[in-house]
Amino acid sequence: MSEANKSGHNVPPSASLASVRPVAVPKTLGLETEYGIVHRGAPEPNPISASSLLINAYLIATQQSPEPGRAAVGWDFTDETPGNDARGGAPTGSLAPEIETHLVNAVLTNGARYYVDHAHPELSTPECADARSLVVYDRAAELIAARSMEAARMLLPQGEEIVVYKNNSDGKGNTYGCHENYLVSRAVPFSRIVTHATAHFVTRQIFCGAGKLGSETSGMRLDEAGYQISQRADFVEEEVGLETTLKRPIVNTRDEPHADAAKYRRLHVIVGDANMSQVATFLKAGTTALVMALTEDDAMPRELRFATPVAAFRQVSRDLSLRAPLELVDGSTITALGAQWELLGAARAYVDARGADAVGGQVAYEVLGRWETVLGGLERDPMELAAQIDWVAKLRLLEGFRERHGLDFQDARLRALDIQYHDLRPGKSLAARAGLETLVDEADAELAMTEPPPDTRAFFRGRCLQRFAAEVVAANWDSIVFDVGEGSLRRVSMTEPTRGTVTHVGTMFDECDSAIDLLRRLGAAGA
Amino acid sequence: MAEREQIRKPAPATREQSVEEAPPASERGSDIKAQLDDLLDEIDEVLETNAEDFVKSYIQKGGE
Repeated sequence: MSEANKSGHNVPPSASLASVRPVAVPKTLGLETEYGIVHRGAPEPNPISASSLLINAYLIATQQSPEPGRAAVGWDFTDETPGNDARGGAPTGSLAPEIETHLVNAVLTNGARYYVDHAHPELSTPECADARSLVVYDRAAELIAARSMEAARMLLPQGEEIVVYKNNSDGKGNTYGCHENYLVSRAVPFSRIVTHATAHFVTRQIFCGAGKLGSETSGMRLDEAGYQISQRADFVEEEVGLETTLKRPIVNTRDEPHADAAKYRRLHVIVGDANMSQVATFLKAGTTALVMALTEDDAMPRELRFATPVAAFRQVSRDLSLRAPLELVDGSTITALGAQWELLGAARAYVDARGADAVGGQVAYEVLGRWETVLGGLERDPMELAAQIDWVAKLRLLEGFRERHGLDFQDARLRALDIQYHDLRPGKSLAARAGLETLVDEADAELAMTEPPPDTRAFFRGRCLQRFAAEVVAANWDSIVFDVGEGSLRRVSMTEPTRGTVTHVGTMFDECDSAIDLLRRLGAAGA
Repeated sequence: MAEREQIRKPAPATREQSVEEAPPASERGSDIKAQLDDLLDEIDEVLETNAEDFVKSYIQKGGE
């Protein structure tokens, strides 16, 4: 509290505001990253088998798999309903995502899910309680990918290698996602979420875009596009919708909370880029969590409704000056920077009045400070942020390399540089060489490869796998199924994402010496 | 609520400190500029040697 006062952000809530019943729920966060994959030296490379091999190699190397080809604990699909639409009713004329159940699909001891999705390796972080924790687990995911590549190399014939890239497009019109998840209250009208989320997603690119050479919009030639801020803007086609693989919307309506559906929604964000910069990941998650809390508590001073949101999204991505006027429905205009300053101001006022309990506590003040610093830098000269913002860092490398070698923007070496910025091999990654500022200790990220976060239900999932993997038949986000040899399987439900933390169950794990003992105690505690 | 406060008892002192200790972005910017040449040397070394083939063969299937 004293720290917050020192920085001048924390004002005790006034009587009138304090009497307003807050709706905002604690912002449990998660990232799902699909990685680009290349099987070098293979006579007939197949991305699906390469992804399986990569993940299995990791599971075997880290002894999370008892035998090749079988994960110790697989994913449980019982409660998956990705076709549910937040707007209500059955989806009409849109494709509900299909669940693939036959491919490798493992739960890790840190509470993450590591699996093959379509033709990519994908890692979903465990649930995190704040943006800083999310950065730790996103970095841990990169380390897991690097370790997986090493492990795969040991299994492959001489001259073959599997390489993983943390980007979102191949530059040829194929895209894959880095999805974000935010727990929000079911009490909020979904239309209000759409309004404020759209305002943020269209304009937050200016600090969380990962940068891309060229364009993949149909009808536009590569040489017309130059460099743009976002990897994903070319693939955004609708304002709101259920799809994730075609006609991608700015706001995705998948209504699958993986938690108590009477209390919660999960905002599933599909328009973000995967970030190499930790500062960008921190801001992407931290600012969006704040915008959602303001939305839940109806604390936005006004609605920033763009006249043509999809066009605005693409326009922002192509405007490196950050100063293009974007038209609002009332006929006025605002720049992307202007919109972000306005959202920051609203977020500050909100936290001053109501505190930061719902948005990561102390971490929220750090988000606000960073947000302001970054907007200030972007306003003066984006190149100041070459150590913080991916699109700026990459642009600096491209410009420097182009000048040094006298290349034009069509040169294949520049396109190679763009891709290799996202290479996750420490010996090859250009992002790792670009002088990016880090926010988390590497030792913490290494620990997070195997240890769950202490302050969400992921702690319970992770500990169960660390301690009683032999008795765990399957797990998913909101339940774990045990077979303790009593005839029927026992399902432990975890519909409250902020329960099952070290505070709740840490001592219980310390005192239990078997899964059956754990289940008995959980039963006695009524959990 | 009490539980949440208990959970998130991060070390606020260190966090605040890290914000204060960060040099202004402009200073970092000029530092970085000075390092650009070294960085470009390194890129020359590690960049994929056959860029044309590498870029051409970097083909992904759509995901999500």
